[in-house]
Amino acid sequence: MLSLIQTALELGLIYALTVLALFLSYSMLDVCDLSTDGCFTLGAAAGAVVALSGHPLLALPAAMLAGMTSGLVTALLQTRLGIDSLLAGIIVNTGLYSVNIAVMAGASQVSLNRTDTLFTLARDLLKSTPLAGGHKLVVLAVLTALAVVLLTLFLNTRLGLAIRATGDNRDMVRASSIDPVFTVTVGLCLSGALTGLSGCLLAQYQRSAEINLGTGVLTVALASLLIGRVLARRGGILLRAAGAVAGAFLFRLIYALALQLDMPAYMLKLTSAVIVALTIAVPYLKKQYPLLLRANQGKGGKGTC
Amino acid sequence: MLNLTHITKTFNPGTVNEKTALRDISLHLDRGDFVTVIGSNGAGKSTLMGAIAGDFLTDSGTVELDGRDVTLAPSHLRAKRMGRLFQDPARGTAPGMTIEENLTLAGGKGGWFSRTSKTDRSRFREILSQLDMGLEDRLRQPVGLLSGGQRQALALLMATMETPDLLLLDEHTAALDPQTAEKVLAVTRRVVEENRITTLMVTHNMTQALTLGTRTLMMDSGSIVLDIGGEERKTMTVEGLLAAFRANVGRGLDTDRILLRPEGE
Repeated sequence: MLSLIQTALELGLIYALTVLALFLSYSMLDVCDLSTDGCFTLGAAAGAVVALSGHPLLALPAAMLAGMTSGLVTALLQTRLGIDSLLAGIIVNTGLYSVNIAVMAGASQVSLNRTDTLFTLARDLLKSTPLAGGHKLVVLAVLTALAVVLLTLFLNTRLGLAIRATGDNRDMVRASSIDPVFTVTVGLCLSGALTGLSGCLLAQYQRSAEINLGTGVLTVALASLLIGRVLARRGGILLRAAGAVAGAFLFRLIYALALQLDMPAYMLKLTSAVIVALTIAVPYLKKQYPLLLRANQGKGGKGTC
Repeated sequence: MLNLTHITKTFNPGTVNEKTALRDISLHLDRGDFVTVIGSNGAGKSTLMGAIAGDFLTDSGTVELDGRDVTLAPSHLRAKRMGRLFQDPARGTAPGMTIEENLTLAGGKGGWFSRTSKTDRSRFREILSQLDMGLEDRLRQPVGLLSGGQRQALALLMATMETPDLLLLDEHTAALDPQTAEKVLAVTRRVVEENRITTLMVTHNMTQALTLGTRTLMMDSGSIVLDIGGEERKTMTVEGLLAAFRANVGRGLDTDRILLRPEGE
């Protein structure tokens, strides 16, 4: 049971970075970035290749840079070429499939079994300390905490405020002499970097990167983000970002428990799809409820003309 | 200060919805002018504001601000030197962000990575207290929780924090209840007078158009049909304005949405 929770926590922390990326793009910029899946795989592929031929630590900035480039392309398509933001994400996602295979030198998989990863380095480093058993957890907790803190600090700078205002009221951003094109571009680049990092960590964690690693990550992360929103609806950015991380963990925990209850592993994506649909639909249905109630009472007609 | 020469704008050209919103408009505002604009629906008042602020590219003509040609400049660059308020109080502020965050963004001091400092906060409190709405104690509250009047007053502060060369007010009190409108108007008058800001204000209130500011423009189907200032304006009445409109345009003014008397009477 304890190992179950630990694994859920580890995977939760890895995916939390993608959830933070969506926190930035979906919650702050109000842009639904559909290139997340491909970007996640890109980070995994780029990170794996660099870990293999360079150094596992070097893989982190490499994956972030790759993700940032992907975010930049998505941003340019929608801000400079007039492509609808949903379509821009889909286009980039499709293109990334080829790019990801190219990054892995034409293969659909890169194995990291025979090379050092961030986690094996940490294991060796923490060998004779009390933290020995939890070396993966330590690495991931430090990285995710760092991401939360840096993101919070950033979102309270003038540029960060401008990014938050972009999703809130673009007129007001322009009125403050700031170009929303710029804020969307910066926001999507950062979000891409976080997604890439997330993919890179997962590849090192499971010691392989493969082309389908990112499939469905967007929906899973969105489900986590929405769970996190329930946990920390109000409050400052730090609380909401921490809520997003907690949401990622909770999602993984629920999933792990469901597996214990003999839910087949392939149900993960359906589960996350249902969670996303429900979380978005419930507030809407709540609003419709009074109408249904009155129609059923038979007062004021049946709602037909 | 502001110089418009031969501005023309037609929306949806070549379609059944074709509408010439501005016809060969030329207008000059001197520094410190406070000009009110009145006209019926569709006269082109808001389009004129949009042309000055850079919402769209005009079909012809030039916009000069303080001697610089800004005809092709995008709106966010013009915003460095222009403040603007809309009828809808929601357009001037970001609802999901706190009062403090909104003010920081509008304040424009410091670089991209600057954060709200203690000095900023005390400056915010000070200017907010001048509104007399108790907002100085609510710096950490989201703007979405404020009333329309409070949001509009805040938007006005934000638009004028860095004193702009030109202030554009597009019926900014029309969506407020009479009492709140009066209060926002009083703040407007004070801020404009204290900083001697050149102001262009669209209003739907005839009396306001004549009593506020130094000059009154009347628009009709995309043209400026009346331009009254100086001595002539001091003695002008609402009836006189309507008669002058009839004389210039050849028909009466469509007054459906225009208040002929001061609000509340």
